Amino acid sequence: MKLRNKDILDIESLSAEEIGLILDTAERMREISQRPVKKVPTLRGKTIILFFHEPSTRTKTSFDIAAKRMSADSISMAASSSSLVKGETLADTALTLEAMNPDIIVMRHSSAGAPHMMAQRVKASVINGGDGMHAHPTQALLDMLTIREKLGTIAGKRVAIIGDIAHSRVARSNINGLIKMGASVVVSGPPTMLPFGVEHLGCDVTGSADEAVEGADVVMMLRIQKERQENFLFSSVREYSRNYGMTRERLMRANEGAIVMHPGPMNRGVELTSEIADGPWSVILDQVTNGVAARMALFYLLAGGRDADSD
Amino acid sequence: MLTVIKNGKVVDPGNVVGHYDVWIMDGSVDEVVPSGEKAIPVDAEVIDAEGLLVVPGLIDVHVHLREPGEEYKETIETGALSAAAGGFTAVCAMPNTKPVNDTPEVTSFIVKQAREAGYAKVYPVAAITGGLSGASLCEYGELKRAGAVAISDDGRPVEDGQIMRRAMEYAKGFQMLIISHCEELSLVAGGCMNEGLTATHMGLAGIPNISESMMVIRDISLAELTGAHLHVAHVSTPESIEAIREAKKRGVSVTAETAPHYFTLTDEAVKGYNTNAKMNPPLRTEKDRQAVRAALADGTLDVIATDHAPHSILEKDLEFNRAMNGIIGLETSLPLSLELVRDGVLTLEQLVTRMSKKPAQILGLDNSLTQGNTADITLIDEHAEWTAVASEMHSKSTNTPFEGWALKGRAVQTIVDGKTVYGG
Repeated sequence: MKLRNKDILDIESLSAEEIGLILDTAERMREISQRPVKKVPTLRGKTIILFFHEPSTRTKTSFDIAAKRMSADSISMAASSSSLVKGETLADTALTLEAMNPDIIVMRHSSAGAPHMMAQRVKASVINGGDGMHAHPTQALLDMLTIREKLGTIAGKRVAIIGDIAHSRVARSNINGLIKMGASVVVSGPPTMLPFGVEHLGCDVTGSADEAVEGADVVMMLRIQKERQENFLFSSVREYSRNYGMTRERLMRANEGAIVMHPGPMNRGVELTSEIADGPWSVILDQVTNGVAARMALFYLLAGGRDADSD
Repeated sequence: MLTVIKNGKVVDPGNVVGHYDVWIMDGSVDEVVPSGEKAIPVDAEVIDAEGLLVVPGLIDVHVHLREPGEEYKETIETGALSAAAGGFTAVCAMPNTKPVNDTPEVTSFIVKQAREAGYAKVYPVAAITGGLSGASLCEYGELKRAGAVAISDDGRPVEDGQIMRRAMEYAKGFQMLIISHCEELSLVAGGCMNEGLTATHMGLAGIPNISESMMVIRDISLAELTGAHLHVAHVSTPESIEAIREAKKRGVSVTAETAPHYFTLTDEAVKGYNTNAKMNPPLRTEKDRQAVRAALADGTLDVIATDHAPHSILEKDLEFNRAMNGIIGLETSLPLSLELVRDGVLTLEQLVTRMSKKPAQILGLDNSLTQGNTADITLIDEHAEWTAVASEMHSKSTNTPFEGWALKGRAVQTIVDGKTVYGG
């Protein structure tokens, strides 16, 4: 089985079978990172451009490591060093990158839809590394990989996503992916942080974090951006963390063995207490580890295509 | 010089409807007589309109011709030609040019350019406030003397209620029509498409319906207070429509327009981050679209205007949130509006009212096909089938969401002051 599209732009355009294929592939990739020599020659001679138009350390590093472990040549291009700051349009940047014959372009951009624009203009595969409030498909894939690793399966699990759902590309991609893979999802946050029509996204909605956690197998906390305070989405960090932050007491409402996730970087004491972040239920670092594996899997499926074991 | 348009189906609501010959003498309507009733002199120029509709020239009260200042998008010449090709004998050019049309000199320049172009007539709309800044009133009297037919800060709302009040009062003294771009910017807050499920899925910031209607309600209140004539531009929501409907019942001097895209498309057209479906106000939902159609039928919305807004790839081939608002519309308006007739929303007479008679009335013109009136006439083949291809149209820009659409109906001949300026 192969992926149908040349690009990974959002979870919507992936079928459940394709997500399954990516997760299966990622599981095999995980082992490579545990070897003394963490490198396979699979993507030797392939060029991967990491085009990050928005600041990112974690995601970019994860993609970069994934590329190097597959022996691809990865080149970073940050907005501050690119011609975009010199006034070049994205359409022209796309043509310029295309002229250098990359195999994959990983793209992060502050504008929703920018990776779509890129994908229409280049022959290379485009992987969306996060676009505006739209999508962050590799985050959702690594989250699903982590849930499958820790709980054995995604289907039938109850996942609570808590925080600024409206402005979160992580939430959008996860809601879509988790429901597609058979989980039930409940989202919670102050009404200012719930997007228009959230009830039509196929998930449950509650204003109470306690209610959301009730019976959950997975509790996924979203990062609160403190600058959102200026946009009147919440009045104080104290009030937010009291009502929506994860504490041990609140977590006790979840199912036994429930795991706590966070896409990072986390604000300790805001979205979750340190006790939660560092406790046995926390799989936050496993998410980071799985991020590399999931991205290796995507590189492999998009640029390699041959079975990883044969290398 | 005598010209006779014979055998056509004349649709001139409130005057004559049926098969008539229209006699034009020296640029003015001379007589409208039942077809064949009066022998046509051999030396007359004869236009055979068999199978065609003959209507008083269509008037578009809302276009952007970009000249002066952005001639790479459109010029008065190309815009007026595009208008003529779309069946319009006159258009109202919005003042957001560079420089802004806020002085008699700019107004005169537009009048002069339009006269030299010689296609559709161009009626300049001048600014309400200097530089569209919302801060100071323009010289409405001087602007009117130079040829301005109305004032508007289109593209921007006049945010300050007191300034809008004074503008209305001052404009009233010159019997100047105020066209209001109704938008409460604080509620737009960075939005770039309709606030709805499509925006939620696409991760784009939404613009709520009430960002329009709240300002419509304010301006109606001000028109009620001042007695000025308010014309509400590009209405897209049922909330605005309801406010206008109620205001009309109370006898407030208010008229309103909508555009073909609001009764044809919904925000689903934005999918795929299509910047040619990005405009302001944004395309709304199916419920809103239906409300606009119903309001055109019952007359709450008086006029169909295009909001023709040419942009080049420099403004459109961009990330969705960075792309500019607006689409071209002059050459697709008539077929899309005829669709309302085919769908049974409007009668043919109502359509001509919305696209010709009512716009004329709002501008204080009488364009009936009666003796002595200027012969501005459009001949329409309502059954002509064609495919919309922007590069084959006459505008300098190609930003349309209707590219490739199979359309039905088009103007085949446009006559201004008795002279054919397009087709024939």
